[in-house]
Amino acid sequence: MSATTTSSRRRHAPSAFGDDLRRFWNLTVTLATTEFKLRYFGSVLGYFWSLARPLMFFGVLYVVFTQVLRFGDEIDHYPVYLLTSIILWTFFVDTTNGCVQCLVAREGLLRKMRFPRLVIPLSVALTALFNLGTNLIAVLVFALASGVEVRWTWLEMIPIVALLAVFAIGIGMLLSVLYVRFRDIQPIWEVFSQILFYGSPILYVSSMYEDFEQAAVMTNPIAALLTQMRRAFIDPNAPGLISATGGGLRVLVPFIIIAAVFALGLWVFSREAPRIAENL
Amino acid sequence: MTSTTSHPPAPGPTAGESAAAPAVVVDGVRKAFRLPHQQYSTLKERALHPFRATTYDVLQAVDDVNFEVAEGEFFGIVGRNGSGKSTLLKCLAGIYDVDEGHLAVNGRLSPFIELGVGFNMDLTARDNVMINAIMLGLTRQQARDRFDDIIAFAELEDFLDLKLKNYSSGMTVRLAFSVAIQVDAEVLLIDEVLAVGDAAFQQKCFAEFQRMKDAGRTILFVTHDMGAVERFCDRAVLLEKGRMVDLGEPAAIARRYNELNFGRTVHQMSEGGDDSDERFGDQAAQIVDAWFESLDGERIAEAAHGVPFRAVLEARFNEAIDDPIFGFTLRNDVGTTIFATTTDLDHGSTGSFRAGETVVVRMEFQNLLVTSQYRLTPSIARAGIGADALDLRTDLATVFIHGGHYTGGVVNVPHGFTIERAG
Repeated sequence: MSATTTSSRRRHAPSAFGDDLRRFWNLTVTLATTEFKLRYFGSVLGYFWSLARPLMFFGVLYVVFTQVLRFGDEIDHYPVYLLTSIILWTFFVDTTNGCVQCLVAREGLLRKMRFPRLVIPLSVALTALFNLGTNLIAVLVFALASGVEVRWTWLEMIPIVALLAVFAIGIGMLLSVLYVRFRDIQPIWEVFSQILFYGSPILYVSSMYEDFEQAAVMTNPIAALLTQMRRAFIDPNAPGLISATGGGLRVLVPFIIIAAVFALGLWVFSREAPRIAENL
Repeated sequence: MTSTTSHPPAPGPTAGESAAAPAVVVDGVRKAFRLPHQQYSTLKERALHPFRATTYDVLQAVDDVNFEVAEGEFFGIVGRNGSGKSTLLKCLAGIYDVDEGHLAVNGRLSPFIELGVGFNMDLTARDNVMINAIMLGLTRQQARDRFDDIIAFAELEDFLDLKLKNYSSGMTVRLAFSVAIQVDAEVLLIDEVLAVGDAAFQQKCFAEFQRMKDAGRTILFVTHDMGAVERFCDRAVLLEKGRMVDLGEPAAIARRYNELNFGRTVHQMSEGGDDSDERFGDQAAQIVDAWFESLDGERIAEAAHGVPFRAVLEARFNEAIDDPIFGFTLRNDVGTTIFATTTDLDHGSTGSFRAGETVVVRMEFQNLLVTSQYRLTPSIARAGIGADALDLRTDLATVFIHGGHYTGGVVNVPHGFTIERAG
């Protein structure tokens, strides 16, 4: 195959990334901001509603766990931990659940326009990220009001959120193309994300596990990230990722899982990208 | 036309097949769709029946199509519903992957095939223009710079902050078209845009097409509208069942298209001479009879010039059909079509018919016909652009018109003279 043939073949089959990164980025941002605008500025109470859902959830859990179950007394700043973990979890779930149906919902675009297919799941993640940004302001206010000290380790939140985003996008890419073929991906993922929710230290903290269980749970990237978040953001005396996993190479396990999930998602998505429009 | 749009000057020579490199090459392109018999659309089904073979039909939507489009050419792709023309356009646009063959486009290709892709009804026109422009490949800065031009061309300055859901369909299309022409593409792909908008705006669109053509842009245009093909296209290709039927002059292609639709063209039928009562169409509805009648309802074989009368067809439906299109064509003794009309043009919806029902359709008209013998060709077609013929019977009824002056013209249009002495 000659060079020109190859280039025009690449031009002609729709792909995950396309050949113009600037357009890729412009499109992703445009779709994400539009979605964000529509969701929150369409209603009068805009920002309030974007916060209301995780806050209500937090309120219910807080009352149940601290007043009814008398839980969390021995955990420093338990309410701050609960709120932060819920908001990070909300980001993860918004991205993955949003990705499930995103390609089908954008059928009109996919069938009428040539653009990099990956734009669609990425814009879902970006919308969720905007949302996370606005929610984190509330977390910050709450943390300061609760007496959490400002420390340099707060900067660790940036890589923590970034890794969570990579993990969520990896799963999102996989779910979005699978849903085009198999419509029961939606309920399957709902059940799976419920398991992940209770299996991750969101309502509780990872130091409450026995050693053996902890090693198993720490392979879950969300557990790993939330554990490190607690040490970096809330309580410098709490066990971080290194002590929770037992140190050594085991620290790498959650990162390897994140990378593997992302690579798998990207591979499956790229493979399916040329045929997404006709399989819808 | 005065254009308010700002395009960079398009490079390259203007229309002409002598241009060095063709803008678009389509070489042996094939595209098939698999239509599964059982849709295993859930993982559960897959898990329960892992070894059950999936059977499917293969629909060959595009089958070995070859053509080249020169730079600056206005190229039509025509065909009936399901002929594969839109699939071909989607392959060209890079929305579908091709199974076999080779597609090459030299120059920047417009990324969309339909107007208003990605418009959001809940946002204002202002927001939609920016979003749409970015989707079509402009940068945010370019979109801002051209915003005023876009709105001015669409003539929607007063409705900028209205949500799109409150726009009429015509306004939406105007907005979409105005954004679309701002795309810096050297090769444009357009799927059926001319059927929308009011007459004045259509005229503006045509003028814009002409301007693009003059600027040396290559345009590939999918349509059912043979008028537009003959008016704009330098060449056209005719597809039928995914295969290329013909490629060439727009007039010839339009004629072949009509042949496919109605079996043969009116022109050729008249050449066929006296073998009257030829029949075309799939006979899902059948024309039982046709006649001329006076306004009193009496069947007539002759009428005086100037006295209005009716053409009538009677048809029986063999299948349930919604909104069939009834048509009448009147030709004179030398086979020239004098007058043709369909309910699609003048009547709109005709209603739903059950299998076994019969219908009588009367078309009353002003009698401007000069002395001659006239033959009536009634037809029924399915609704939709590029309608498929259900039944068409040539020269089923005849009427002789007498009286009036023989002028050599085919009709006698009411007229008056004014004579003024100059000076």
